Amino acid sequence: MPILQIKGLTHFFGGLRAVFDFNLDLELGELIGIIGPNGAGKTTIFNLITGVYRPTKGNIIFDGVNLVGKESNWIIAHGVVRTFQNIRLFKELSVLDNVRTACYSQIKCSVVDALLHSARFHQEEERILNEAMELLSLFNLERLADEKSKNLPYGLQRRLEIVRALANHPKLLLLDEPAAGMNPSEISGLMELIQWVKEKFNLTIILIEHQMRLVMGICQRIKVLDFGETIAEGSPIEIQQNPRVIEAYLGEEEHGD
Amino acid sequence: MTTKGITQLSGLRDKFKKRQWALALALVFLFALTFLIPRYGLLNEYVQLIIIYIGINIIMAVSLNMVNGYMGDFSLGHAGFMLIGAYVSSILTVWVFPRNWNPILTSAILFPIAVTAGGLAAALASLIVAFPSFKTRGDYLALVTLAFNMICVSVVQNIEAIGAGRGFMGMKKLTTMPWVFIWALIAIWVIRSFVYSNFGRGTVSIREDETAAELVGVNTRHVKVLTFVISSFFAGIGGALFAHILQFITPNTFQLQKNVDFLVMVYLGGMGSIGGSILGAVTYTVILELLREALTILGTFPIFASIPSLEVWRWVLAPLLLILLMIYRNQGIMGLREFGFLVPFRDRFGARFWLKRRELTNANSSN
Amino acid sequence: MAAIAATPSKLRGTMSFFFQQLLNALQVGSIYALVSIGYTMVYGVLTMINFAHGDVFMVSSYIAFFFSTFLLKIASQFASFLAFPITVFATIILTSFLAIIIERLAYKPLRSAPRVSAVITALSVGILLETLTLALIGPEPRQIPPLILKVGYNFQGASFSFFQILILGVSFLCMLILDFIVYRTKVGMAMRAISFDKTVVPLMGVPIDRIITVTFALGAAVAAVGGVIFGSVYSLDPYMGIRIGWWAFIAAVLGGIGNIRGAMIGGLFLGGIEVFVTAYAASSYRDFIAFAILLLFLIFKPTGILGKPQIKKV
Repeated sequence: MPILQIKGLTHFFGGLRAVFDFNLDLELGELIGIIGPNGAGKTTIFNLITGVYRPTKGNIIFDGVNLVGKESNWIIAHGVVRTFQNIRLFKELSVLDNVRTACYSQIKCSVVDALLHSARFHQEEERILNEAMELLSLFNLERLADEKSKNLPYGLQRRLEIVRALANHPKLLLLDEPAAGMNPSEISGLMELIQWVKEKFNLTIILIEHQMRLVMGICQRIKVLDFGETIAEGSPIEIQQNPRVIEAYLGEEEHGD
Repeated sequence: MTTKGITQLSGLRDKFKKRQWALALALVFLFALTFLIPRYGLLNEYVQLIIIYIGINIIMAVSLNMVNGYMGDFSLGHAGFMLIGAYVSSILTVWVFPRNWNPILTSAILFPIAVTAGGLAAALASLIVAFPSFKTRGDYLALVTLAFNMICVSVVQNIEAIGAGRGFMGMKKLTTMPWVFIWALIAIWVIRSFVYSNFGRGTVSIREDETAAELVGVNTRHVKVLTFVISSFFAGIGGALFAHILQFITPNTFQLQKNVDFLVMVYLGGMGSIGGSILGAVTYTVILELLREALTILGTFPIFASIPSLEVWRWVLAPLLLILLMIYRNQGIMGLREFGFLVPFRDRFGARFWLKRRELTNANSSN
Repeated sequence: MAAIAATPSKLRGTMSFFFQQLLNALQVGSIYALVSIGYTMVYGVLTMINFAHGDVFMVSSYIAFFFSTFLLKIASQFASFLAFPITVFATIILTSFLAIIIERLAYKPLRSAPRVSAVITALSVGILLETLTLALIGPEPRQIPPLILKVGYNFQGASFSFFQILILGVSFLCMLILDFIVYRTKVGMAMRAISFDKTVVPLMGVPIDRIITVTFALGAAVAAVGGVIFGSVYSLDPYMGIRIGWWAFIAAVLGGIGNIRGAMIGGLFLGGIEVFVTAYAASSYRDFIAFAILLLFLIFKPTGILGKPQIKKV
């Protein structure tokens, strides 16, 4: 039983067709990539899955539940988490608080508990603090816990975004251009990081990327989009030799490495 | 962990705890003062009145800061909630509650019930504003809240039974320094608890990036409703206290200009800071009173006596102050920083404590 | 607006009463329309609600008052018919000046500041204008002296004057001129372009500061015409800006904020509501109904009657 099943996903922005008949069967533990020229509709698909937009047509079945129509925070709380193309950390918050905020859905105390700072409240807060610090230390960010996230260098901010996503105990992780702005050695580091994270946290991952070395290097399967339509699907080698893909990307592969 | 390690760790906590006890002691002392001052006339009546107004303004500023500062939204309806609290509590004490009870019982039982009722009424009314806030922010929410405020005012103006535009009176002077102190303390404590909880973190995340907050698992609707309800509850409390010191309320008191007063307090003090709102409330109230004193004194000089209504110039300086503040120091006095003694241990030292504990545990295991 | 006493019911049913109210509605509505244009233009260009606009309108009324009083003193016999157009032009120019000064001193420094700062500043500028007027001129109501011969007409039992026709004509002319400027000139096109994408426009060689200044000046100029009209028909006081300003703003929201034609329609519509509610119900419900309408629109259709829905990009 696939963990994620997308059937006939179609979305229009007014008269503009952003996604057309997108289908996907994703098995537990897969790492697949979605590539395509800018404006092909890739981020829109992430937005549709996480409930930012309600799709014009189609179904998104995750773990047996149809996500269409559900509130974003419900979807996140039930295991589908994403990162952003342009980093969207909470700038004025500390590194620690960025992660703690993501634990919102896991706190098991009521408003009254919070307002009175009851024993239950303290118990939950301790748990969250410890979990957050543990998570940060896995990624070597724990010493920066009290630093405002906006003060971090770019690479660490990207890392923090991933940590924040992991704080939600996701089953499915959607990474939106995690390598944006990175140089080749950083990309190698990122490739290792993604694979390590996948193993350690038992994740299924969908990756949107323009950096071909990253995509071809770690994805098991790739889907190619152009103007909202799926124009090719297959293993990295198949995609690299597909004439339609080459045509859509004419010349763009130069920028990938 | 070695004994030395445990001592080091608990040392951190102890120092913090000692400071908290000192603070608690100071508060008890201040509370005692609020009884002694009026009893023995330690300060003159006028100063006592100003202190009461400062207390009410603190409640109003700290509660408004929840929405305007922490959540980064923009409410222009705070005076409307104050109005609701003022009227509901006054109607209770003047018409509904028995008037001839023992004054101590009235003060100790009936008054807090009336004040709480005012707060609850305001909190209920805030739902009218909370729901639209799901879809609108910034300027638009400013309008929704302002429209709400105007509607409150004009509804009251049309109800003859409670005096319409002429006002409502008959309240006994039930607001005393001890009561204002107690309510201000409750407001600060509750709001501080809210801010340093997952709800508070959710609120701030909405300010930073609402969409990202939603996509990180924060139930933004829930958080927004909570923020508005708690904020307006205390605005209602402030209104009830206000009504029972002034002993006369009209709908006109709660218009845009009152909102501007509170806005100045919040932005003067600094947005995401409870201490800032307290500072802003105190500073602004004091400045205005000093200004009034200065203008009265100036008015006695022959040169200035010919200028009509010097008092009005006070209202020229207030908005001018606000404009200059916005252009030259829009983060206010405190900006986003907070007074150390208001921040709970876990939020202030939590990370450092965790790191220290790990360091000590590792040092121990390598021995 | 002076509160209109409830009319005896036997008079209400008549056609002449209806036409009288229709005329009043046009008159009141066109004032709202003229003022609302300023709100909507500034919002379109800067995405900022210029809370001070209503008070700029109030100041324009006072300017018209002082100017006309002065003119009538010095030119009592001959050319008194020139008093009206001169007053109108002088008021327009001085009010535009005021708006430009406000924009340069108070709004421009805050263009890159958080929105909240701009809103608070705008509110404060408005209050400042009110209290300065109150302090310098005093709270007694004034009225612009009659500048045109009051010739009366009668239609189906409703009476009106030449002056009322004139001012209706002036309002509509104003709206037409503005519509022309915004939709058929380069300046207007630049204004509309800025409202779509502020960052790109300067890159295309459009002097964005100048266009923004022109926007403020135009909005104020149109409001100034409204100010002259208002002051001639009703009485002035320092707080009239709040009443008219808010209603005009509601009209702008009704019509779809940023949409100039919508603002005009919203203004006329709101004028109709005000007059007919007062005439057929009671004037004390006016404010309540206006703000209730605003609240309902903001909750259910924030983009107004003519506005376009906005799609957020994630």
